[in-house]
Amino acid sequence: MFDTSELVINMGPQHPSTHGVLRVVLRLDGEKVVDADVIMGYLHRGIEKLSENRNWTQIILLTDRMDYVAAATSNVGYCETVEKLLQLEVPRRARYVRTILCELQRIASHCLWVGTHAMDIGAMTVFLYAFRERELILDLFEEFCGARLTYNSMRIGGLPLDIPPGWDKKVLEFCKIMDGKVDEYETLLTHNRIWLERTKGIGVISGAEATALGMCGPTLRGSGVARDVRKDEPYAAYDEMEFDVPIGTAGDTYDRYLVRMEEFRQSLRIIRQATEGLPEGPIVGKVPRLIKPAAGETYHAIESPKGELGYFIVSDGKSTNPYRFRVRPPSFCNLQALPRLVRGHLVADVVALIGSIDIVSGEVDR
Amino acid sequence: MIDQFVIPLLKILIVLNATLVGVTYMVLLERKVIAWAQSRLGPMRVGPYGVLQPVADAIKLMLKEDITPVKADRWVFTAAPIISMVPALIVYAVIPFGPTVRMFGRDVSLSITDINVGLLYVVSVASVGVYGIILAGYASNSKFPLLASLRASAQLISYEVAVTLTLVSVILMSGTLSMVGIVNAQYNSRVWFAFVQPLAFVIFFIGGLAETNRAPFDLPEAEQELTGGFHTEYSGMRFALFFLAEYANMIVVSSVATTLFFGGWLRPFPNVAALHFLDIVPSWTWFLIKSFVFLYIFIWVRATLPRYRYDQLMRLGWKVLIPLAIANLVVTGIVKVILT
Repeated sequence: MFDTSELVINMGPQHPSTHGVLRVVLRLDGEKVVDADVIMGYLHRGIEKLSENRNWTQIILLTDRMDYVAAATSNVGYCETVEKLLQLEVPRRARYVRTILCELQRIASHCLWVGTHAMDIGAMTVFLYAFRERELILDLFEEFCGARLTYNSMRIGGLPLDIPPGWDKKVLEFCKIMDGKVDEYETLLTHNRIWLERTKGIGVISGAEATALGMCGPTLRGSGVARDVRKDEPYAAYDEMEFDVPIGTAGDTYDRYLVRMEEFRQSLRIIRQATEGLPEGPIVGKVPRLIKPAAGETYHAIESPKGELGYFIVSDGKSTNPYRFRVRPPSFCNLQALPRLVRGHLVADVVALIGSIDIVSGEVDR
Repeated sequence: MIDQFVIPLLKILIVLNATLVGVTYMVLLERKVIAWAQSRLGPMRVGPYGVLQPVADAIKLMLKEDITPVKADRWVFTAAPIISMVPALIVYAVIPFGPTVRMFGRDVSLSITDINVGLLYVVSVASVGVYGIILAGYASNSKFPLLASLRASAQLISYEVAVTLTLVSVILMSGTLSMVGIVNAQYNSRVWFAFVQPLAFVIFFIGGLAETNRAPFDLPEAEQELTGGFHTEYSGMRFALFFLAEYANMIVVSSVATTLFFGGWLRPFPNVAALHFLDIVPSWTWFLIKSFVFLYIFIWVRATLPRYRYDQLMRLGWKVLIPLAIANLVVTGIVKVILT
């Protein structure tokens, strides 16, 4: 008469904590997760295929739509890949501004992450605090390029426009405000007993296993692997910057949280150095009128807020659009680890872990 | 005739209406306080500073379409919100808002009734409310509400034990189960029970948070995990009943905490003659002020803390609160015996 069976529930695609339209099919034993199946593709817009039919400059606009909470980083990554293909020298000033934008973007993205992650675990005030500061960054971006979310803020070979007068002072002012705000988030979370209980020992993954699963970015560094593209293969002006790469030890949700909180501070450090040392000079390199790279292929990766964002581009040398355009999105690679991470934990931990790997559906599905 | 029917009915009418208005404004207060905690303004559009927001909310909820899912158990689905709401309201029958006062030439006690098992009545009626949640989850015939209602039943049963044990130590102190009697006992012993039973009060308050499903114990309706929790399938006025029941329960817990631990309607230091000028303030005002402080803490906690996980919640209840409550009860008993 009585028997037990596993309960299969659908988390998403319309669920408040799946960060966009992600669907996770959970097999539950009571509240314990036996297995999870990640189903994605709800936000697939065929960006890679579309790019094969656009000219090189038009693609910048498409890269905005991948990781839409860190559009400037995607722009930089794409432009640098094409520059590598064209073997183009980018002026120092442009590289510095790119560094500032990338780091501002990292802070904005991490703000969104800390807010939603805390919200998933039930601390709702952090969400609004973080969005308050994200707003300041969006204002800075608006002043720089006129847009607040999808910036289209780069050009192949440099920048579309020089920074507005007084912008660098505003950036430094923002750094001063942000210093205190990071402490504020930490006051609410870092030593909070409930927060510790909810994040410590949840989703533990060793460095070797994380690497094998292709995890990257802060999610990987939380497991103690000091892999950071900014240090290992410097791009933009990172070789001239002084900063530390924070790593975790335990590889659990709490360590991934600590790593990202420290990255806030390191990003501010980089922004300060880059803004204060901003060199004079041109903002665009010697870009040919018609961008038509010679036949060949290249891969170039940058450190987006979510991890290693790589572009693989093939040019046939004949047309004004890429022959093949392929993105290695960090969110997608990190999402691969989700079933492994949630196994054996409770339903409540699933949302904590989705928050912990910091995914953006736009980038996962492209 | 007047004493037996008219006055009690008038009192019921006043208390019921005051409670319902209080509950709706409680919602506004919560939205406002949380908004201030999060550096925003909260509702501002309806009326000056949004004071008419509850009216707008009520109209909206009543006009909404009331959906019953096809596969739901129709009768239970309809009964669940009522089962949840009614106990939350009838608990007010024994809560004393003030002592017996002279009004219009009659002696009127400021509680609807004072029965000699008042506290027992509160405990038993309040625990009926959980059936509403369990039945709602069951009747919805949907997975998320089912999980939520399982959580709710486990949570309420475990915290009920801890809370009831703390109440027993209060009964040991006062020697009576009557709510009015407990307040009078605090007057006679010259001290609020919160100061002689601090541990009992803390356990009662934590248990109260858990029993009203408030943060950080709001697991049954954890939006981020279980979408809407047990009321996922509810809409319109039936959803509103659950919502109001939660706030009504918050007021119940605050009122009971005030009565049991903070001297009910008594002014601060009721036995100090030098403070007699405070008697100008009507006794029920003191009661409302004290309850309001608790309600404010309820909201404040929600704005600050993350949420416990289901197993951690059970561990806290069974391994920490209940042993502490039992220890507190034993110590109270021993001290009581030695002193007499």
